[in-house]
Amino acid sequence: MFSYIVRRILQLIPVFLGSTLLIYALVFAMPGDPIAALFGDKQPSQQLLDAIRAQYHLDQPFIVQYYYYMSGLVRGDMGTTFSGQSVNDVLARTLPVTGRLAVLSIGIEFLLSIIVGTFSALRKGKVSDNVALIIALVFLSMPIFVMCFLAQYFLAIQLGWFRPTVGGQNGWGDMWLPAIVLGLSLYATSMRLMRGSVIETMNQDWVRTAYSKGLPQYRVLPVHVIRNSLIPVITNSATNFGVLLVGATVTEFIFNIPGVGNTLFRAILQHEGPTIVSFVTIFVVLYVLVNLLVDLLYGLLDPRIRYV
Amino acid sequence: MSDPLSRRYVAPVTTEQPPTDAVRVSGKPSNLWRDAWYDLRRRPLFWISLGFVALLLLMAVWPTLFTQVPPDNQCLLENSNKGPTGDHILGFTFQGCDVFSRIVHGASTSLSVGLLSTIIGSGIGWIMGTIAGYYGGWVDSLLSRIGDMFFSIPYILAAVVVMTVFEKYRNVFTLSLAIGGFAWAATARVVRAEVMRVRQAEFITASKAVGRSKFSTLMAHVVPNAIAPLIVLGTLALAGGIVAESTLAFLGVGLGTETMSWGADISRAQSTLRVAPMSLIYPSIALTTAVLSFVVLGELLRDAMDPKARATR
Repeated sequence: MFSYIVRRILQLIPVFLGSTLLIYALVFAMPGDPIAALFGDKQPSQQLLDAIRAQYHLDQPFIVQYYYYMSGLVRGDMGTTFSGQSVNDVLARTLPVTGRLAVLSIGIEFLLSIIVGTFSALRKGKVSDNVALIIALVFLSMPIFVMCFLAQYFLAIQLGWFRPTVGGQNGWGDMWLPAIVLGLSLYATSMRLMRGSVIETMNQDWVRTAYSKGLPQYRVLPVHVIRNSLIPVITNSATNFGVLLVGATVTEFIFNIPGVGNTLFRAILQHEGPTIVSFVTIFVVLYVLVNLLVDLLYGLLDPRIRYV
Repeated sequence: MSDPLSRRYVAPVTTEQPPTDAVRVSGKPSNLWRDAWYDLRRRPLFWISLGFVALLLLMAVWPTLFTQVPPDNQCLLENSNKGPTGDHILGFTFQGCDVFSRIVHGASTSLSVGLLSTIIGSGIGWIMGTIAGYYGGWVDSLLSRIGDMFFSIPYILAAVVVMTVFEKYRNVFTLSLAIGGFAWAATARVVRAEVMRVRQAEFITASKAVGRSKFSTLMAHVVPNAIAPLIVLGTLALAGGIVAESTLAFLGVGLGTETMSWGADISRAQSTLRVAPMSLIYPSIALTTAVLSFVVLGELLRDAMDPKARATR
């Protein structure tokens, strides 16, 4: 197990280096002079320009600049935003908010997809199964910002069940509406995986044995069926994490949640190249780590999978 | 005392032939495509989604067939957020433009970006996956690691960075390149697995045994037999491309303001959501319907082409 973790992390290093290099190369290609932009209309002296260029290593070739950025990243310094704030500080402020939103929405996604997926599988081919499938496909097809607006209009403005925006008050209880929207955007794929997985598990010998030795449904389903059907759903949550990151960016902006995604969105709106890059890089780091974590979770769910 | 062995139960021997399934010997030989077509044409959902796709195509190619009202000039501010009238069946936007006309003219943007990004993304993914799966060894390791790099960046976020960088050159082609250029890794993975499966088949060995070169075998036998997942993924990627285009337009890094786009229209209508929700809801319905028809089409194709999926249906 330990050697497997080490090997997985070693495999991650080239992927991580490559993807950050890719993003970094894109910024390097970005037109315009970031130093001149700092001064606005004023015309700084050449010496000052050179001094600032040297300070930020902008006079160095591309690969050296990338090295400086990466060595900073490894030491835990993630750079500064366009307005001069340390990215670390911004993250310390915004990450807990996004974390709450992510946990809530993944919780909603899992709960819904396990329940609906299981019942759909048990009623395979019936009307309720088909209705559930069609609803899932509609959620899958609706872009996240459309879903946000519809939820905002119908559930918050028309029905008044939730506050339309979150704002500064962003405890666990304040984020139900954005979490539901985000959860539903993730729901379709995992619900259908759960359905397929339960159908497959129901055909297994141990389920027939469990029924034939007289165990009641409420015992067979959770213990023998659902637990053994969870693996595809868990695996999918790693892939879904990318959807979650993009979704969080849009959702946090529309519902005005001061999280990581919101910061990224505002940076996009204000064309702050360096800030966009540092945050996209952080998202890539998170994505890679979540994928690793899910890989390791396999073993806990399915003892047949051994790490060699 | 008889022999205990002889008292064992012996199944009666039946002389009549067990009934065999009727085998169709005459007619055209069955193959994957014919089976898929036979399965698809009996499903009403297939025809419904195909109808929507055809409608979308017609809107994109020939918008004046649906509406005579121009989408962006002739916008009168006095009409701002007005309800529907006889000539303007879906009412007006905040700027006083006709909502229905903007929806009709927006179809071409969605469809062209969706198509082009799919061609780029599926093309790169198909070539990378085929080479990696067929040649194996260090080529496979190298291409798979490159794929992993692209896979680890959510492609909408990558497209955001690309479109920020190429701010001056925003057109349908760069937008599709930004989407397709980062979305190919998932396709490559699936194609690689499929090619690796086909490569094991006996007819590949036979093809090599009769002296076909490795490349010629790839083209003549491996590629045609590994194309099914590419078509399914391509249909779903088209839906993904439309979603990506609208999301980028919503984020303000899509095409310029002079281009009609459902995402940009929805983004613009959000400020008047409370007073005039319909100018937001109508383009949303158009967008969702377009994506949904491609998703349903892709799902049905997957069902029809994958016997295993058919079993769990």
